[in-house]
Amino acid sequence: MDWRRFSVIALVIAILFTVVLLIGQARDEPLVIITSLMATTIAVATPLTLGALSGIFCERAGVVNIGIEGMMLGAAFFGWLAAIYMNTIFEMPPLLSLIVGVIGAILTGGLFALLHAVLSITYKVDQIIGGTVINILAIGITGFLNRQLFFESGSIFGGNVPHAPGVLPRIQIPFLVNIPVVGRIFEQQPVAISAILLVIISHYVLFHTRWGLRTRAVGEHPKAADTVGINVAFMRYANVVIGGFLAGLGGAYFTLESVPSFEPLLTNGRGFISLAAMIFGNWSPFGAWAAALVFGASQAFQIKLQLFRDVIPAQWAFLQNSYIVGLTPYILTMLILTGIVGKTIPPAADGVPYEK
Amino acid sequence: MQSNEEQNNSRENPVKKLLKTAGNTMLVPFLAVLTALIVGGVVIAMVGGNPFYAYLGLFQGAFGSAKAWSETAVWASPYIFAGLAVALAFKGGLFNIGAEGQLALGAVVAAWIGYALPDMLGVSLPTIVHLPLAIGLGILAGALWGAIPGALKAYTGGHEVINTIMMNYIALNMVSFLLNGPMKDKSPGNVIARTPEIAESARFTPIFEGFRLHWGFVLALIVAVVVWWLLWKTTLGFEIRTVGSNPDAAKYAGINVKRTIILTMTLSGLLAGLAGVIEVTGLNYRHELGFSVGYGFDAIAIALLGKTHPLGVVLAAILFAGMRNGGTRMQFLTQIPVDVISVIQGLILLFVAADAIIRYIYRIRAREERLVLTRGWGG
Repeated sequence: MDWRRFSVIALVIAILFTVVLLIGQARDEPLVIITSLMATTIAVATPLTLGALSGIFCERAGVVNIGIEGMMLGAAFFGWLAAIYMNTIFEMPPLLSLIVGVIGAILTGGLFALLHAVLSITYKVDQIIGGTVINILAIGITGFLNRQLFFESGSIFGGNVPHAPGVLPRIQIPFLVNIPVVGRIFEQQPVAISAILLVIISHYVLFHTRWGLRTRAVGEHPKAADTVGINVAFMRYANVVIGGFLAGLGGAYFTLESVPSFEPLLTNGRGFISLAAMIFGNWSPFGAWAAALVFGASQAFQIKLQLFRDVIPAQWAFLQNSYIVGLTPYILTMLILTGIVGKTIPPAADGVPYEK
Repeated sequence: MQSNEEQNNSRENPVKKLLKTAGNTMLVPFLAVLTALIVGGVVIAMVGGNPFYAYLGLFQGAFGSAKAWSETAVWASPYIFAGLAVALAFKGGLFNIGAEGQLALGAVVAAWIGYALPDMLGVSLPTIVHLPLAIGLGILAGALWGAIPGALKAYTGGHEVINTIMMNYIALNMVSFLLNGPMKDKSPGNVIARTPEIAESARFTPIFEGFRLHWGFVLALIVAVVVWWLLWKTTLGFEIRTVGSNPDAAKYAGINVKRTIILTMTLSGLLAGLAGVIEVTGLNYRHELGFSVGYGFDAIAIALLGKTHPLGVVLAAILFAGMRNGGTRMQFLTQIPVDVISVIQGLILLFVAADAIIRYIYRIRAREERLVLTRGWGG
């Protein structure tokens, strides 16, 4: 792996954490602060990690996917809707309806991805435009249904937003969670845990299985892959839909794991930040995960600074301003993207429709 | 075959030929809109509405009276500018998703010049000075916001899609900071994040008494002609289009590709900034948080629907403006949320982008042209 990249990541995270530590020491033990920063970082990095993995599967197969934002937004809405529907109409127990919700979110992501695949593989539409279509459609559909189903009188829920069945419960990882203080890091919710597992699985699938080899072949040199008998269109379709499932799981994080509510546009650019993480990680699962952690850390930084607001020393007064601190993830994305760590190499046939 | 057709065409009378070309170009977008409306009607029927009443309300609200026309034109002005911004970038092979941020910055700067400058100078300015100043500095802010991702693209290869989106979030954060803090309207009782009203001298006046339609709409039409002239009648326009269609060929032909990329994004940002300026100086007379939500994304759809041609952009902008404007009346008549318009617009974009679907449904012979705008992440 690329050690220069990882040391830059470690450095950025260290800087962000140090600032919070220096400010927060007046109020808390350093170890407590670090632990809670790390726990928040891992949680917040979850949708970014899954979004980046989604992008990796699509682009390793040669399909650019900037519709991840829309896939996540759609999945967040329909997963949430499914959970509420099961809970209120079919009176399922909360946990079971949440699980149905997660499945619904994953399938929604897959459906949006299928649309992207049809557009970009079958109809050979410019892939950036195909992705934009998905983003705009997702904003429209979720905004429309959100209002039509919940806020109009005469709708199925009678114009009231019904009670959501809560969020997915925390899972304690055996043994590790018993370590004093630091153990808190190992108490995470299911989507966050599966994101980390999926990083490992994706790495294995892409680089150590026949499926992965074929995927990379159609992304690097579709003609050669075709010649040796690999079905280029099928491989691309399959990987884009797998990417959609991953983005869908990422969407589930927002409404089923983080907060039990939906609001229009709630993904707030996370899908695009995922793409930056994917590029920065050079289209590799572990690299993308590391990059996602940087953005997670910058969010954790922002959240903690809000908590320590009244102990921020006067000479650092600008850190009290939530708008200025709120810029951190976006500026970091740009800095990292613009080649702070050298050139990244996309798959050779990325974004190019395959013509026989 | 091809030359035969051309010969046939050249024998026809020129007006007929022009109409035929225009008809051919506009056929697919027209059918795309029609198909989107049909699918949208099915969606409306599925949620229990009557699509015919809904579309009747939509049409009445958009084009049913002089007042409706005026309001549609008012909506269309920023759409034309923002659509031109995205279309110009497309011509240069760049995808500017940052119109939203460029527009917000343009608006906030124009508002500041509009309300603060007379007080700062201690004199009241004549319109002939004040309005151009507000426009000029507003579009400068937009241009700067476009130039940054342009320069990043040219010199580091950082992809403009991601950078312009990040710049959107940065701009919107900055604007909320300004409107909640230093620039907030301090008049008693105000709790809204908005600037004070701009001076009379920094405003576009209405064209007709009693209607909100203002001279900004006329400016939008003029600017559309200017953009057409720039793209097809000047060297810079030729360079932009060449870099857009084939950067390697442009390089060998001696065109400074980096400079052209930066210029394209700067001009694109400038046009988007103008959209924000026009909303402040012509319509709202102040900048208010969240007034523009979605203009940036609508602009992409408008540019694509208009086939990235200035004339097409104007027509598409008027169509989208009509839908936004008529949507309110539709909601009033049929209780169908105005958000359904976004669904229909998404569908329009879908069918315009995937014109193969439209050609298949309506059995139209395919011509060998495909809109290719971007070439992956490689830059």
